[in-house]
Amino acid sequence: MIKRKKRIYLISLFFITIATSIYLILWALRDNIVFFYSPSEIQQKINLKEINEMSKLRLGGMVKESSIKQLNDGSINFIITDFDREMVVFYKGIIPDLFKEKQGVIAEGSINNEGIFVANSILAKHDENYMPPEVQDALKKDYGDK
Amino acid sequence: MINRGNELKLQLANPGILERYIKTLSPWFCGAFISSLIIGLWFAIFNSPPDYLQGETVRIMYVHVPSAWMALFIYSSMAVASLIGLIYGHLVAFIYAKSVAPIGAVFTLICLVTGSLWGKPMWGTWWVWDARLTSMFILLFIYLGFIIVSKSFNDPVKGDKISSIFALIGFINIPIIKFSVDIWTTLHQPATISKLDTPSIHTDMLIPLLIMFTSFVFLFLYIFSIRFFSELNLRRYVTYTLSSK
Repeated sequence: MIKRKKRIYLISLFFITIATSIYLILWALRDNIVFFYSPSEIQQKINLKEINEMSKLRLGGMVKESSIKQLNDGSINFIITDFDREMVVFYKGIIPDLFKEKQGVIAEGSINNEGIFVANSILAKHDENYMPPEVQDALKKDYGDK
Repeated sequence: MINRGNELKLQLANPGILERYIKTLSPWFCGAFISSLIIGLWFAIFNSPPDYLQGETVRIMYVHVPSAWMALFIYSSMAVASLIGLIYGHLVAFIYAKSVAPIGAVFTLICLVTGSLWGKPMWGTWWVWDARLTSMFILLFIYLGFIIVSKSFNDPVKGDKISSIFALIGFINIPIIKFSVDIWTTLHQPATISKLDTPSIHTDMLIPLLIMFTSFVFLFLYIFSIRFFSELNLRRYVTYTLSSK
């Protein structure tokens, strides 16, 4: 019995040590593990001079309602918002199916000297809601355009 | 005095008696898997609505999500079995962990591949290194590592011990996978069903998902029963050859 108790202590001590060290590693790397920054975080980083025109980064948020503008040369212009701050994004290339107004989006690229985010790729972010189209229509009717 | 519950527990701890139980149940697992798979696929492909945003692509979810659940569930059960094995030295616990590891690895692979197939049309990319995808990818390697470690010892007692410790270390990754979408910003969406709030999925889509999950559970049990027999016989053979030397 004593031997078993000792074994339990040893295993838990071992496990706690490793779990703590992994936690600390992840904590130290938290700024690199995040996949994208919101417009507010990017603004903060610009203010702190952590990023400049050269830094490659990902900007994520919602595509602002009726902000998508098609330009003549096939490129598009739209605004990414986190409902606090917003940022104008310029992009030329293929857009994913889920890229729509009021949907999540992630743009990869950098900020030019005019403060416009020039994206070289666009990823659509899907949310956690799954429903049939009829339900979506009914929701729209009941609660207005949410 | 031994009551019935304790008696059953004692019997299940005995590999030989457990083997008899599993042998009787094994064909039922197989039958339950096939019938629930047919029903589940019929629901998933023909009798469920398309999604309001994803359209028909949503049907990949009916394979992707259950296999992700299975991958996490199997690893967690392996870690629990390893812990029991290390503390109490039960042979059945070690045999369980060793026989389910490849099943979990295959479910992880299915999850990664179907997720990638869904990601291309929906996100616009096959793969990104965000926290959820990366931690799931690491899980595949933890599974493979466990399989390699558990097979690299001639002495099964030593092999069981080392691979169990390996399984416990690898368990740290499981909560990281689960909560990665909440802790960090990721491309992968947050949890739909396993959260404190009500599930954000329509019932017509939840039903096929749960039937497919049940089917995968029975597939897991069926493959486990086969692997359990072969692992047990292997142990018997090793013990026999060691004792006859």
